[in-house]
Amino acid sequence: MSEFFLMGGHGAYVWSAYGLTLAVVIINVWLARAKLRAAPQRARELATQAEAPRKQPTVRRLQ
Amino acid sequence: MKLPRWFHQFGSPPYVYRLADRLCPWLGGLGGALLAVGAVWGLAFAPPDYQQGESARIIYIHPQTAYIGMMAYVVMAVASAIGYVWRLKLAHAVAVSAAPIGAWFTFCALFTGAVWGRPTWGTYWQWGDPRIMFEALLLFLFLGYLALREAFDDRDKADRVTAILAVVGVVNIPIVHYSVEWWNSLHQTSTLLAEGGPAMTTDMLIPFLIMVAAFTLTFYWLLLRRLQAEIVEREGDARWIRELVGEGAR
Repeated sequence: MSEFFLMGGHGAYVWSAYGLTLAVVIINVWLARAKLRAAPQRARELATQAEAPRKQPTVRRLQ
Repeated sequence: MKLPRWFHQFGSPPYVYRLADRLCPWLGGLGGALLAVGAVWGLAFAPPDYQQGESARIIYIHPQTAYIGMMAYVVMAVASAIGYVWRLKLAHAVAVSAAPIGAWFTFCALFTGAVWGRPTWGTYWQWGDPRIMFEALLLFLFLGYLALREAFDDRDKADRVTAILAVVGVVNIPIVHYSVEWWNSLHQTSTLLAEGGPAMTTDMLIPFLIMVAAFTLTFYWLLLRRLQAEIVEREGDARWIRELVGEGAR
């Protein structure tokens, strides 16, 4: 079994490559899910940002 | 130029959003399963290489992640061109969604290449090596694209300007691919696309192709989920989105 992990002396290279790749896949899945979960909130923020300048009257209304 | 009718369906955000919801369980389930099968096969059951020994097991992840990075770039460039020419917002949303995935996988390809290079070439990194340099340029194109977007407050302007960068940068893709043939590189030439068929035995080719399929499915899962988020952000005040979110779907 330990022979399998040693990989004929190349264990550090093989396992770090596979480890990083696994991490990249997991991080990407997590990032995509988090972005989707946060999207409605982000849409509301963007909508209020877009509306905000319009709420400021630029010309004073005549009495 | 007039677009065919089926194309307009793919320009409709609600249609694409729902299509993504239907496809993602299959892409994710099958992609995840094949990743597990391919990794175990490549690590435990495929034979070691007669020259490189056990380090050659990196061949089941390195070319695949490199290919995902390049495919992500092509998706980004084609979507950008469509978005720019036909002013299709959804196409820009596809381009934006592909960029971070491409950056991650290109980084992954550079890393797995470095740790494969050490036992095989005697070095992690070689400045000036054409394959390594153009692959690094690919990473910087993705990062430059993402950084350039941040420079704009206006999303439509960001879409149009970054689309130009994406389309111009696509010339780098054939350069990356042919760099090992055009110039002297430490990097070996393509094993799968070798002249006269794949230059590996069947017991290596099967896990190799399983991993190609696994990463491809995973990429499209990631792309569609990010695209859904991008659609919700861009169409936030549309009624169908409010209804969808109101349902407490996610």
